[in-house]
Amino acid sequence: MALLEVENLQTHFRTPDGINRAVDGVSFQVDEGETLAIVGESGCGKSVTSMSLMRLIPEPPGRIAGAVRFQGRDLLQLSEREMRAVRGNDVSMIFQEPMSSLNPVLTVGRQIGETLRMHQGLDKQAAELRAVEMLNLVGIPEPARRVREYPHQLSGGMRQRVMIAMALACNPKLLIADEPTTALDVTIQAQILQLMLDLKRRVGAAIVLITHDLGVVAEIAERVMVMYAGRKVEEAPVARLFRSPRHPYTQGLLGAVPKLGSSLTGAARRLTEIPGQVPSLKKAIEGCAFAGRCALATDLCRQVAPGLEVKGPGHIAACHYAAKEAAAA
Amino acid sequence: MSAPLLQVNDLKKHFPVRSGLFGRRSGSVYAVDGVSFEVDRGETLSLVGESGCGKSTVGRAILRLFDITSGQVVLDGQRIDDLSPGGLRAMRRRVQVVFQDPFSSLNPRMRVRDILAEPIRNFSLAKSSADLEMRVAALMDTVRLPRDALNRRPHEFSGGQRQRIGIARALAAEPDLIVCDEAVSALDVSVKAQIVNLLQDLQQQFGLALLFISHDLAIVEHMTHRVAVMYLGRIVEMAPRQKIFTAPGHPYTKALLSAVPEPGAARNPIILKGDVPSPINPPKGCRFNTRCPFVFDRCKAEEPQLRSAGDGQWVACHLEALPEAPGSAG
Repeated sequence: MALLEVENLQTHFRTPDGINRAVDGVSFQVDEGETLAIVGESGCGKSVTSMSLMRLIPEPPGRIAGAVRFQGRDLLQLSEREMRAVRGNDVSMIFQEPMSSLNPVLTVGRQIGETLRMHQGLDKQAAELRAVEMLNLVGIPEPARRVREYPHQLSGGMRQRVMIAMALACNPKLLIADEPTTALDVTIQAQILQLMLDLKRRVGAAIVLITHDLGVVAEIAERVMVMYAGRKVEEAPVARLFRSPRHPYTQGLLGAVPKLGSSLTGAARRLTEIPGQVPSLKKAIEGCAFAGRCALATDLCRQVAPGLEVKGPGHIAACHYAAKEAAAA
Repeated sequence: MSAPLLQVNDLKKHFPVRSGLFGRRSGSVYAVDGVSFEVDRGETLSLVGESGCGKSTVGRAILRLFDITSGQVVLDGQRIDDLSPGGLRAMRRRVQVVFQDPFSSLNPRMRVRDILAEPIRNFSLAKSSADLEMRVAALMDTVRLPRDALNRRPHEFSGGQRQRIGIARALAAEPDLIVCDEAVSALDVSVKAQIVNLLQDLQQQFGLALLFISHDLAIVEHMTHRVAVMYLGRIVEMAPRQKIFTAPGHPYTKALLSAVPEPGAARNPIILKGDVPSPINPPKGCRFNTRCPFVFDRCKAEEPQLRSAGDGQWVACHLEALPEAPGSAG
């Protein structure tokens, strides 16, 4: 049995001008100790998916349907009280913006200690000792001093380390990281990615990584799921996806990113453009959500939504023409 | 040989740090501290570096959005750092800017038509109102937006479209140089590609020089001619595109390049220790000495100057034989 099984997740928001289908029928699994990356552009529903797993979507206006089975237990059926025992304990989360997700008026030690006191019943001293240990684990120098500091006294990279320390304090089995390095500079991002890889080896938690940066995906994920307009369009092991993407959207996404080393090849290549824009999620989308921007789209695509089909070992894609593409290539 | 379009000599910009009840000056942020470079006509020079390295401050100093502390900025043979506000008008036409955030850099209450017409009117570029109308329409074609969008306001456009409006506004003044301050950083991957392609086309079409300020090295490599790498208010390395990406000289450039995660590439990143020091109190000697894997005594005592490493490459580092393989840094 997989650690996490998400089945037909649908998260919709009621808005004054219609229902926004931010996530529209997404299913996936995460095994123990595995890292799954969810990639896509703004508004594809990747963050809403991660928030839905933790039930952090305010209801109303939001509404979550489907099933999120963690160790066989459907989190969507739990009471709010039961859910609180899960959050930060079995499943924890790292957010993108460490400054706005830390409480500015509490010391970082108190914030790390809070989860420990709540979930593991540690007293104040024990919680602080463990907080120092956690800060040490995430590579913050002078942890005994830092533990009494406030978030504004730390740099961006250190704040993100504190977030990670907090998330790992209770030894979670699943860690959800929503754009954990997006707000950081590259050299600091490299430090944090290195730390996450290292901790994954030591702690063994499964990770769901939400990101728009394909480089970060290549760095730490084992499997990738590509989302577009609230749907899953492709899923594959990392190396496979980069080597032979099947969905035209994934292909476009990979072509749109210049790679370091482009000056070696001499002649400047033009970046692939994906024409047009993401369709509005407030209207029901007939057929394939990507049809309006896809060069291969036919009447079939505009009328019938493609289902996810197996295109290779562990590789699925939702495209009527994906298989033909590969045969021709 | 003709003079370069833009010449920056030993530019310094220090911001005061005030503290206490009466706001006494208690120190300075050495945001830019002695930077020199040139930009030729039709050339793209990229300024790269991490947050707080001073790259945006350099851009703003060139635009004269504030007075500089010392140094010279020379546009086409004329010093512009000491011009009076009146004298600046002509210069402002020739140097335009595209900002990072397409949401806050367009006036939400103006129609696209008025946003584009304003610089044309300001600099009296149109001969008649018919000419004005024609120019505005032509700008829309240039940035590949539909002409019927002229009567709409910024909020009706997506991020990528707004950035196109920002570019059209910069082009309206018929500039020689456009400062692109993280102009594509806020955009999504597929839209970013559209804007990068557009900028490259416009440069070809109008012979524009671009000062491309960015932290995204892959984008920079894709579109630049030359690169200047900044660290704590100084340029640590400057070189033509191919040189800097294939044979970076400065240890910081190497670390920066190796830190970029990349799909499908086996990497051995140099992980720098710690954070960038504060520009209020930069380290003595080489500013990179607190994080450099190759640091030795001289680095802590003496600030290295830019030295030529041949082929237009300039490196500010004391190491005689610059370190070789990036992986060997440990």
